[in-house]
Order: sequence, then C-alpha cells, then structure tokens
Amino acid sequence: MNQSTNIIETLRTRFGQALLMEQPSLDNIPTVWCVQEKAADLLRYLKEQVDGPYPMLYDLTAIDERRRTKRADQPPADFTVVYHLSSFARNGDIRIKVPLTGEYPAIASITSLWPAANWYEREIFDMFGIGFEGHPALYRILLPATWEGHPLRKEHPCRATEMGPFQLPVEKQQREEEALRFQPAAWGLESDGKDTDYMFLNLGPQHPGTHGIFRITLQLDGEEIMAAVPEIGFHHRGAEKMGERQTWHTYIPYTDRVDYLGGVMNNLAYVLGVEKLAGIVVPDRAKVIRIMLAELFRVSNHLIWLGTFVQDVGAMSPVFFTFNDREHIFDIITAVTGGRMHPSWFRIGGVAMDLPDGWDRLVRQFLAYLPPRLQEYECLVMANTIFKARTQGIGSYTIAQALDWGVTGPGLRACGLEWDLRKKRPYAGYDQFQFEIPTAQNGDCYDRAVVRLAEIRQSLLIIKQCLDNMPAGPFKADHPLTTPPPRERTLQHIETLIPHFLGTGWGPVIPAGEVCVPIEAAKGIYSYYLISAGDIRAYRIRIRAPSFPHLQMVPAISRGLLVPDLLAILGSIDYVMADADR
Amino acid sequence: MMLILKHLLVVFGVLAAALSASAGLVWLERRLLGLWQDRYGPNRVGPFGLLQVAADGLKMFFKEDWVPPFADKPVFILAPVLALITALLAFAVIPFTAEIMVADLNIGLLFFLAIVSLGVYGVALGGWSSNNKYALIGAVRGVAQMLSYEVFMGLSLMGVVLLTGSFNLREIVLAQQNMWFCIPQFPGLLIFMIAGFAETHRMPFDLPEAESELVAGYHTEYSGMKFGLFFVGEYLGITMTSAMIVTLFFGGWLGPVLPPLVWFAGKTLVFICLFILVRATLPRPRYDQLMAFAWKVFLPLSLLNLVITGAVVVAGR
Repeated sequence: MNQSTNIIETLRTRFGQALLMEQPSLDNIPTVWCVQEKAADLLRYLKEQVDGPYPMLYDLTAIDERRRTKRADQPPADFTVVYHLSSFARNGDIRIKVPLTGEYPAIASITSLWPAANWYEREIFDMFGIGFEGHPALYRILLPATWEGHPLRKEHPCRATEMGPFQLPVEKQQREEEALRFQPAAWGLESDGKDTDYMFLNLGPQHPGTHGIFRITLQLDGEEIMAAVPEIGFHHRGAEKMGERQTWHTYIPYTDRVDYLGGVMNNLAYVLGVEKLAGIVVPDRAKVIRIMLAELFRVSNHLIWLGTFVQDVGAMSPVFFTFNDREHIFDIITAVTGGRMHPSWFRIGGVAMDLPDGWDRLVRQFLAYLPPRLQEYECLVMANTIFKARTQGIGSYTIAQALDWGVTGPGLRACGLEWDLRKKRPYAGYDQFQFEIPTAQNGDCYDRAVVRLAEIRQSLLIIKQCLDNMPAGPFKADHPLTTPPPRERTLQHIETLIPHFLGTGWGPVIPAGEVCVPIEAAKGIYSYYLISAGDIRAYRIRIRAPSFPHLQMVPAISRGLLVPDLLAILGSIDYVMADADR
Repeated sequence: MMLILKHLLVVFGVLAAALSASAGLVWLERRLLGLWQDRYGPNRVGPFGLLQVAADGLKMFFKEDWVPPFADKPVFILAPVLALITALLAFAVIPFTAEIMVADLNIGLLFFLAIVSLGVYGVALGGWSSNNKYALIGAVRGVAQMLSYEVFMGLSLMGVVLLTGSFNLREIVLAQQNMWFCIPQFPGLLIFMIAGFAETHRMPFDLPEAESELVAGYHTEYSGMKFGLFFVGEYLGITMTSAMIVTLFFGGWLGPVLPPLVWFAGKTLVFICLFILVRATLPRPRYDQLMAFAWKVFLPLSLLNLVITGAVVVAGR
C-alpha cells in the first residue's frame, strides 16, 4: 500500500541504521524492526512528530522466539517486543518490533509516553520475565505474587499435570496469605493527609458492584476518592497459553469464553485471522450468517450492559427486562447453533452448519419485538431525572485522554470520535451494509449509554438487511484448510475426506506467518495476533481485549468523585473480567 | 375491668395486626415486584406462595445467631431491637377507627415525630457496632439522611395542624369530614411522602443500604433473626408511614358504606403498593444530591407551605 511505504520511507530517512528491516505483512499493517536503543525515540516520533501521527498504543506484547522455526527472514532475537500503534488520521496501524537477546532481557519503559503502557508492560513482565527500565511499579499483574516462572515462556509447562501434584502445606499457605497482606504504601496509597486520616476501602473481588472478580482499593476522604488501585487477574485462565497447545481448529471454543457476553464475536476475530493466514475466501452466505449472529450478540451484550449499569445506579427493574430480552436473542441463537452464550459456531472457512428452516421467522419476530422495548428503556431510564443526575458529567474523558489510555469502541465514540472499524476498515463483509456510527459529545457515563442504545438500533438495521438479503450458496469455503470441510463432499470425494481426517483428527496445518485482524467487537476493538510457524497449532496467540485498557483507566477518571460515582463508572465502561484477564 | 380488658385487646390486636401486616408485606412486595419485573416471584410455597413468609421466618429463626468477633457485642444486639421497637411504638397513636387506637394522645402527632426520630438509633448503632467499613459508611449516610429529612417531615405536617388546630390524630381525621387534607395541603402531602421514603430508607432513598455500592450498608454484618428484626422494622416503617399518610391527608377511616376499619386498611394498602411501585421504578440518587435536595429544595418549600397555610387560616377567621 502507498501509505505503508510512505511511513516506512519516512522512518528510514529519519532513523537510518536503527531500522533493521521491514517485515512483509499479510494484514496490511506495516511492520518494521527497530534496534532496542532507538525504540523509545521511534515511538515518540510516531506519536508526536510524524505527519499523521499514531496517537494510540493499541497493543503491546511480546513473543518468545527461542523455539520458533521458519523465521530465518527476521533479525535474530530471543524475545521480541511488539508495539502496535493506531492512527486515526491515516486510518492505518503500524507494528514496531524490537529484538531482545538474553534469558531475561530488559528494555526501556514507555509509560511516560503512553499511560496505557503501564499494565501492558506489567503483563509482559508477568508472562515473559522481560524487564522494563523506568517503569513506575513493575510487579505481576495477572498472576499471584508468589507464582514461580513466567508462563508464556516456552519452557513453562502448558498443563498443570506437567507441574506435579498441587500441595498446600501449612507453611506454604501462611506464605501465600502473608503475600496477600494489604500494604497501602506498596500500592502508592497514603494513610494520612495534611489534616485528615484517610480510610482504605477494599471493593471486591467479591462485591455486588464490580461485575465479576475485580478488586479496587480506594483511599477515601469521607466518601471522596483520593486514589484508587485496581487489581485484576482473578479470572486469568491462560487463554493465550492454551492457544499454543490446542490446534487451530480446537482453539475456537476457547475464544468464546474470552468476552463471555460477546459469543460468536470472539470466534469472528479469531477465524478472520486464521483465514487470512490460510488464504481462505469465505463464501457470501457464510459472511452474512456471521454478521447476523455477531450483531445479535452485540445487541445482547449491550442489553445486558444496560440492565446491569442501571442496576449499579440503583434501579432494580431494568436488569430483569433486559435479561428477558436477551432470552429472545438466545431463542434465535439456540435455533441456529444449539448453544446460548458460547455457541463456538464459526469455523475456519465458514460456519459449522447452514441456517435451520424457519430461522427467518424467529429473526423477524425479534426485529418486531425489540424496538418498542428500547422505546420503553428510553422513557424508563434515559429520560429519568435521577439517572441523569447520577451519570451526566460523571467519569468523563476527552478524546485525547481516551487515545492515551487505549479506549476503543462505544467509550471512544461517546467522546465524539466517529470511529467504527466496521465502517472505517470494513472486514468480514460489513462494506455491503448500510448503517451509521452513533456518537455523543461529552464522554461521560450518560453518553456511553446514549451511544450503546443507538448502536442497538443500528445493529437491528444490519440484522434486518441480513434477513432481507441472505444469499444462497455454500456456508463453507471450498478450500483444503476449511475445517471441517463440507460434509457432502467428504462423503464422496477422497481428496476432501483426507483433509477432513487430518484437520479434525490431527489439526489443519496453517502456513507460517503473522497476522492480526482487529474487529469492532461489542466492547471495543478486539483482535487476535496470530503467529504461525507452519504447524497444527499457533506458535503464539496474543489476545488484545478491550476490557483491559478500559479498566486501567478507571482510577484516572474516578479521582475526586464519590464512591457511588465509581460504581456508576464501573457500570458504564462495559467490561467483563474474563476479557480483561484472559 | 371490662375497660382494661378491652384496652388490652386493642393493644394486642394492633400489635398482631402490625406484625402480620409487615410479614404479609414480605410476600406482597416480592409478588408485586415479580409482576412488574416480568417474572413470577415466590409462587411455590402454599397457595400463591403465601407460605413463603412462614418459610422465610423459619429460615431466619434457625440460622446461627452470629455476632462477629470484632463487633461491639451489646450494642450490636441492641441495634436491631431498637429498630423494631421504634417502628412498633409509632403505631400506638394511629387511629384505626374513631374507637380503635392504643393511645388517644393530645400530642399524638408530636409523639409520632419523636418516635420516628428515635428510629435513627437502630441504623446508627447497628452500623457503628459492626466495626465494618461498609456498615460505617452506611450508618453515616443513614444518620445524615434521617436527621435532615425529619426536619421538614415535621414542618410539612404543620399545615395539617394549622388547619385542624390540634395535634390529636383522631381530631385531625375528624376535621377531614368535608374535605381530605390532600387537597388543601397537597405540597405538604408531597413533602411528607418523600420524607417518609427517606425516613424508612426505602428505594430510591435506600442509601444506607445501597446494595450495589455498600454491599448491604449498615446491616452488612447482620444475619439470622437480628437481620430479620431490621427487615421487619423496615416493613413496619412502610406500613406506619402509609398509615400516617392516610390519617393525615386521606381522611383516615372516613368513607361511605364500608366499615371504617376496611376503609383505613384499604387506603393504607394503596400507599404500601405505591411504596413498592416506586422501588421498582426509580434509580438511587447520590448521597450529596439527596442532602442538597433536602436543604435547598424541601426545607424552603415546606416553610413556604407553612407560611401560606398560616396566612390562609388567619385570613379565614
């Protein structure tokens, strides 16, 4: 692409020898390697000086390269740190890769450049043991402080059974408990102010207002929040590590559980990446089925979000209404897939089965059912004076702040940036649909609700278009890597039966390469950075989940507010802990 | 002798009625909420789930009577008792009919206000003695809220007193024979109702409990029958406030054809349902908003109401 050669030429003239090489990329994201010493300068240049800057640190992760094969074309490295930046002016991303050598290498921190880098660097430290010089508080984030080893290093076992039986003798238990002792100073909390003693309030991990196992410790002056320290990781299941042991095909059900309210939307981000690696072109019918199901899950996600958010603000009824509405969506999902929250319905190369007879009647009924309900929510919730008083002007941030913290999705659109990947970089066939990008202006809790309600209506529009224009034809691609291949062909055609046998019994062999397809998921931009070494399983899977940066921002936007405001903010940003902790 | 017997009968009758009404409310509230929230509510135990009350009561009785080791034990036990007793005491002055009332006090209304003020101790001591931060925050909120709202709760009723010329609740009802006070004293009614919600810390003014923020607020550490006492106290509070609204603004037992007691009970039930409907509908304001609302809106408004009523009464002489 022109644009990508442009930025690389610019960087080459500016940084010369520091740029090691340009890596060809499948996903149209220009990828350059940069020496460690110059990396921070290069990133600062990209964020602040270059024409068409990259204001958002979209993702920051690492790869353990030590056992990787088929990377002869890349600079030598034991570990690679990957910075993924996003530009809105250019409508393009860039990936900066920095090679590191040594068993436990270190690199300069970029927390001064992007506050969002803080948690990402802690995660890399936690998972790989890579140090970050100049990081303000580099300690484990997802795993307990007493964990031994760094799980995403290749020498770390994949299964608990490889680690020997678990034992908890008394002294170990005491050690673990001692490690959990609350030390305010270690977390940067002060106990005395000039004239007041502060109170520490531990919210979570078990608390009705935190939606899952999330802990946030508050330093309070009365009820005013002076400082807040979130703690995550209670929901960590090692989804990325599992990707290194499951086959490309059998990993699909794991993706459902990442954002457990997003259903097949998770599958979509994953299979789009795999299909790009494999070079599969999905037939139209599969595309439209995927979009329809994904949008149904977006509606479902936003409905649940609305109910729980309003419950956090104190109204007890809407949560029952929206859960009931979701049942109507699940009726469709069950009819199509047999599942409810985790259908695992998308496959490499299409979807698992064709739509059942009568699916259109169910969808049509739902399209008629929901709009009057939405109207009720507008009256019951959005027009309510108390609700407005509780949410307007609370937890607001500007576009600049949002980009600094890596906020995407409805939270970003609520501050006025019209940015929706379905429109800006259409994927999976969204370019064929007509819809709008709802935005709001103030970026506060109320506007986030406004945007999401409007998005539900847009999603209904998309579903309507799917219903009216469902193409005929196959629901799976005719490609050797489609897993499993179309059944009627496997029954008659030996050349299809063999890949079926291999693909399901052993696993499809996906060509070597690296790919990342960001999608506009319900909670924000979401992607799987897939690295294949030409095996039946991924060499590394990186899940970029929107809840992670959104939660990181909470202390910054809740300082100076009251405890009830914090709950309103937590309710409004729409996270699930499975998504943040993975 | 007969007089004493009759009086005892009334006392125990009122006690039994109040307690069984509040027990029935547990069922009524859950069924009504179920109706309004597109779900069933308790419908398994007994006809229409009516025995749910018995099941809940039994469950609470047989739970461990737990006092947290870090709590201030005597106060911790005293608090729920206070909450229940203050709620019960106020029933003493409510005239159910012209004859049925426990105490026909000349200062009935003042007695009611005084008892309502005492209700704050249940919340304050419960939250304080629990030695739990959530309970403490809940208690602080509760005390501030109840103290602020009782100021103009009293003021809002002074209009009624001016119109009647008496603090005696029976006389207040009798004075409504031509016109219920809800018409001339409409602002007073509105303010009293809102203050009533705040005093009983019911949704939308349940800030002392604020489930999504403070877990369970001032009674976080309570379980078993001690929690049950708070629970019953809350329902007694609803019944009492509804009964007071009926007595002061809706002509108490007055009404054609049906017996007076039926009128009284029926009217009270309407307001109890209103309490529950409000709970099902509204979100919860923030603590500082609630206080600002009290002092900046309701206090001036109730004073204004008092002044205008006074002027009208004086002009009418």
